Amino acid sequence: MELASHVTLAALGQQTLVGLSRTTILFIVSSGLSLILGVLRIPNVSHGSLYMIGAFITWTIASAIGGSAGFWAAMALGPLAVGLLSLAVERGLFCRLYEREHLMLLLFTFALTLVFGDMVKFVWGSDFRSLSVPHAMQGSLTVLGLPFPRYNLFLLAVGPLVAWGMWYLTNRTRIGKIARAAAVDREIVAAMGINVSWVFAFVFCIGCFLAGLGGALVAPTQNITQGMDHSLIMEAFLIVIMGGLGNIWGALLGALIFGLTDAIGILVWPQFAIVFPYVAVVIVLFFRPRGLLKSVW
Amino acid sequence: MEFTDPAKRKAQVAGLALMAAMFFLPAFAPRFYVYLAALILVRGLLATSLNLVLGYGGMYQFHHTVFYGVGAYAAALMITKTVLSPWLGFLAGPLVAAALSLVMGLICVRLSKLYFGMLQISLGSLVWAIVFRWYSFTGGDDGIHNIPLPAAISSINGSYYFTLVVSLLSLAAMYLIVNSAFGRVFQAVRDNQERCETIGVPVKRQQLMGLVLAGFFGGVSGVLFVAVEGTVFPDLMFWTLSLEVIIMCLLGGWFTFLGPMLGAAIIVILRTVVGIYTEYWTFFLGVILMLIIFFLPEGVLGYFLERLGRTRPTSAVSES
Repeated sequence: MELASHVTLAALGQQTLVGLSRTTILFIVSSGLSLILGVLRIPNVSHGSLYMIGAFITWTIASAIGGSAGFWAAMALGPLAVGLLSLAVERGLFCRLYEREHLMLLLFTFALTLVFGDMVKFVWGSDFRSLSVPHAMQGSLTVLGLPFPRYNLFLLAVGPLVAWGMWYLTNRTRIGKIARAAAVDREIVAAMGINVSWVFAFVFCIGCFLAGLGGALVAPTQNITQGMDHSLIMEAFLIVIMGGLGNIWGALLGALIFGLTDAIGILVWPQFAIVFPYVAVVIVLFFRPRGLLKSVW
Repeated sequence: MEFTDPAKRKAQVAGLALMAAMFFLPAFAPRFYVYLAALILVRGLLATSLNLVLGYGGMYQFHHTVFYGVGAYAAALMITKTVLSPWLGFLAGPLVAAALSLVMGLICVRLSKLYFGMLQISLGSLVWAIVFRWYSFTGGDDGIHNIPLPAAISSINGSYYFTLVVSLLSLAAMYLIVNSAFGRVFQAVRDNQERCETIGVPVKRQQLMGLVLAGFFGGVSGVLFVAVEGTVFPDLMFWTLSLEVIIMCLLGGWFTFLGPMLGAAIIVILRTVVGIYTEYWTFFLGVILMLIIFFLPEGVLGYFLERLGRTRPTSAVSES
């Protein structure tokens, strides 16, 4: 194995930046998953599908409007559309199942995945789609003597913004506080005269919005295609479990571990890069089976 | 066992008739149906082996197909990479799967419910990732094709009878296990772990035994897949297949012994029949699954058993 020979400091630095932009996407998606898991106690397998739908809708809106205005409009409207879709699903189907066992809920969301997957195939076909970034975002900046795409830097800025937004929502707003209270004890919250069902709907909608946002943000960086949901949802679940169920900062930590081990793995041993994050997850869970940070469960 | 129960008697007669029909199937059915029946047996055996731990043990084994895949790969690698008899490969598959199940079980068994499931699925995904990438050994994402099978099972009828006999033997073995003293204790652990610990049941060892057995029979279904298809690929142990197998258990009825087999039959037939008319067969599977969850939470077989007036088996649902 020719390890180490091509692992220069600069390459390591650049790969770290690449890993961090991947981390942003992973964090945004898995924080939504974690929010839903923490408050509603639902392992939402369809989260990956909503991410994929977010990417496709963003592509459709961006190509319909065109230009840089279209791109930014799509970035805003794509995730919103996903949020609305999730609200419809939650109110129409999901809210009737809250009393059921976890396994049933998990399978219900898997059924949604099957339905969504075929809906995407029906609406968008099975071709690759790609979304190009507006002019201002094209090209690269030189970081550590190596070129680094501007769009990835944009992603790096969005990540902390979302983290702050999540913190603000759950700690500083009334609905966020109610949601956290409902995560701990939904009966008491209901006894206080709060309609927990709608709180759940709100949280589910926000969580799925984040999945859509992740999909919208990832759209310019890779091929938008069928099956992009399958690998991502597994990664997001592992991140959430690794970080601690329902803990937003845990999701951030988990995403960092996942994104960085993946990026460094590509540098160290390209063939088995895919294995590195999974090894990290297994190690973390072996020593801290309930996640790194305090879980809300 | 009450042989006087008319519902049970009826079920036994129907079962014997079905078995006879399966033995004579190649005599009157076209090749495609024989192949389909073999596939149902393979998937049904896989689902039944999962149900050992899922339904009878109450353990959320989310990534069961990793044992299916590893069993299939172990057999395929033995056959293609060594000069040993292929039959030894078929023997090695279940043993390797059981060994993997032991290792994974040792790591996971101290956790319960969702945490158990998540650690199990991450370990399973790790195995999948290695197989998916290890081109020089496992063929990577291409898999291994055109595996030379022994002459006796290289024809469709040969592989069908091999599958039929091995599945029936495995099912019988699992049935005996479930109804043995071990199986009873295993179900008791599912229903109330604390109480079992109090009366001195080694709960974790019991669960570990269950996991190894389930892994072993998962491996058996894996080698049968090789016998039927003559090929292996990493998707055999991708997590989506695992969820599909959980669906089979749920669909058929995960508190019944033969429910998972019925669920597997329904899904394999559904995929084939709906697949003829439309490429959107997973859409229909999703819709059917939703209907099951809403209206038949005990599964198809569970529903009919209830209709027949038999007392419902104690369900783990009320526990959590």
